[in-house]
Amino acid sequence: MPDAAVDTIAAEQVQLTYAGAVNAALERCLTELPETLLYGEDIAKPGGVFGVTRGLRKKFGDRVFDTPISESAILGSAVGAAMLGRRPIVEIMWLDFSFVAFDQIVNQLSNVRYLNEGKLQAPVVIRTQQGSQPGACAQHSQSMEALFLHIPGIRVCMPWSAQDAYDLLVASVYADDPVLVIENRNLYNTGKQPVEIGGPVQRLGQVRERRSGTDVTVVTWGAMTRCALEAAELVAPDGVSVEVLETPWLNPLDTETILEHIGQTRRVVVAHEANLTGGFGAEVVARIAESGISLAAPPKRVGTPDTRIPAAPSLLDALIPDADRISATIRSLLP
Amino acid sequence: MTSVENSVDVGATLDADTTQDLEDLNDVWLIRAFEEKVRELRVAGDVVGSVHLCIGQEATPVAIKRLVGPDDALFVTYRGHGYGLMRGISPTSMFAELLGRATGINSGRGGSAYFIAPEHRFFGENSIVGAGAPIACGAALAGRFDGTDRVAITVFGDGAMNQGSVHEAMNFAAAMKLPVVFLCENNSYSEMTPIADMVGDPNLFRRAASYGMVGERIDGNDPTTLRERISQAIAAAREGGGPTLLELMTARLVGHYIGDAEQYRIPGELDRAQETEPVAVLSRRLIAAGCSRETLDDVETGAREEVESAAATALGAPLADPATAKDHVYA
Repeated sequence: MPDAAVDTIAAEQVQLTYAGAVNAALERCLTELPETLLYGEDIAKPGGVFGVTRGLRKKFGDRVFDTPISESAILGSAVGAAMLGRRPIVEIMWLDFSFVAFDQIVNQLSNVRYLNEGKLQAPVVIRTQQGSQPGACAQHSQSMEALFLHIPGIRVCMPWSAQDAYDLLVASVYADDPVLVIENRNLYNTGKQPVEIGGPVQRLGQVRERRSGTDVTVVTWGAMTRCALEAAELVAPDGVSVEVLETPWLNPLDTETILEHIGQTRRVVVAHEANLTGGFGAEVVARIAESGISLAAPPKRVGTPDTRIPAAPSLLDALIPDADRISATIRSLLP
Repeated sequence: MTSVENSVDVGATLDADTTQDLEDLNDVWLIRAFEEKVRELRVAGDVVGSVHLCIGQEATPVAIKRLVGPDDALFVTYRGHGYGLMRGISPTSMFAELLGRATGINSGRGGSAYFIAPEHRFFGENSIVGAGAPIACGAALAGRFDGTDRVAITVFGDGAMNQGSVHEAMNFAAAMKLPVVFLCENNSYSEMTPIADMVGDPNLFRRAASYGMVGERIDGNDPTTLRERISQAIAAAREGGGPTLLELMTARLVGHYIGDAEQYRIPGELDRAQETEPVAVLSRRLIAAGCSRETLDDVETGAREEVESAAATALGAPLADPATAKDHVYA
């Protein structure tokens, strides 16, 4: 990690939207770390397609700039700039667009530290967003975190709360590993939440216990966290006590904490918006199985079926998991 | 014409150009002898994996030898052994890397096609065609903010000119006026397919104009020409003139990789290439300037001895330590 007077900054509580929290994190990093650069398509003068980076160009000048629509050039130049001592924060407007330049992530960025035996690093943060939204076409709506979780060498997180949108991004920029921060555009403007800004940089890999419970543990991340919390409320009147563990960090994943919780409830549902096959839920379930914890019921996954993602809202509703599906799965684990 | 017999005492009697030619010949031979030894080791099974030799294409690495400044950054391709040697990686560490030894420049992690030595401003080979070009743009970009006057030099082949990443990099560099020098080594084969069959216009340098930068085709077998033109491009980039694309016309005298049957060759093509390859070019000029054949032979012999000794040392080094295989994935 770079040297910075992080501890001396007084934390302050403010009301921010998720988008505002991202903006505040970027502002902090650009202020504290002169080696940071912020760039991507339409992020500087236009302020970002979702307005997330608004005002930063004005405040930080040339360190914040717009690029051609060239994902390979964006990601490749980030790799090169990082190898030469910068700390680039680049935006890929939709996660779906990163596939245009997958080589730079899989074959280039993730290899720098390993190849150089730690003597050279590539502390790049790739900010992007994913997730379904009614009317979004198949190329603007996928949940593809598992593809990146299969790549050793790059960290992956998916903040859901505004606080995590702030904390995880700050931690990612301070980290010396490349980090993919997957935000969710449905969350950007869902109202203001209290966010503590300016606090100490947090460690990577934390788990958030969003709801405590004793009968069933739901492990989830991203926008599905809200559905899991709603599902817990749906079954609560029947006396079913559901614990919701959100894992905003998927790499590193705090497996130990997850196992501790599941050891208590001995029933687990893993819910994600991504489709099931090869989804990260499979990895979580495998780790639970390998731990030898004696479960009271077989572990269950909830995810989108293995289909393409349609644009029409009625078709989309038929596919994307919601509180009803999660709650039905929770009930299926109980006697 | 000077008598060949009377010019053995090279250091004292030769002019600056000839002294440079002699140094270049020495460097060309170092690379060629290295590559020939690599081929021997690969055939013997001491080196394993895919190996791409630069025999015939030594002139550009030789020309670049002293053109990369202390803050500059060089990015090359998997045909990059020559560049590694010219940037100052010792032949022993290079051999050790190819041989999977603990003493390799990357302790065996890079191998033939993906080694790197930032301490020599050598930011690596790349075994993905065209991938180094956008990365070089980033190195140039970093220089804009770190107070250096860095120029990034990226070398790739004619085949890479058809990769999207190279198009993106050229436009990115031109749009931002980044100090990048794009060097396209055109050996007329896009791996094992004639480049002329894979493009609408085989004058690859002309593409530069469409990005708004200077593009030029030059002889890629003469270190003197290369040195002059590449140093101009570097100077222009350093002075804020933005990127340049140079198409360097050369020929690969061996297969795309060791084991390539080269069935795509046109009859007589390699014989013709032997007339214009770097050793032939430099030898002709040195003989004309008064060097003896014996002097030239001594250069070759000296290079081969250096290479043999380096290979022997590398072969004697311990294998890369399996206990380290999982190290350095994360900070």
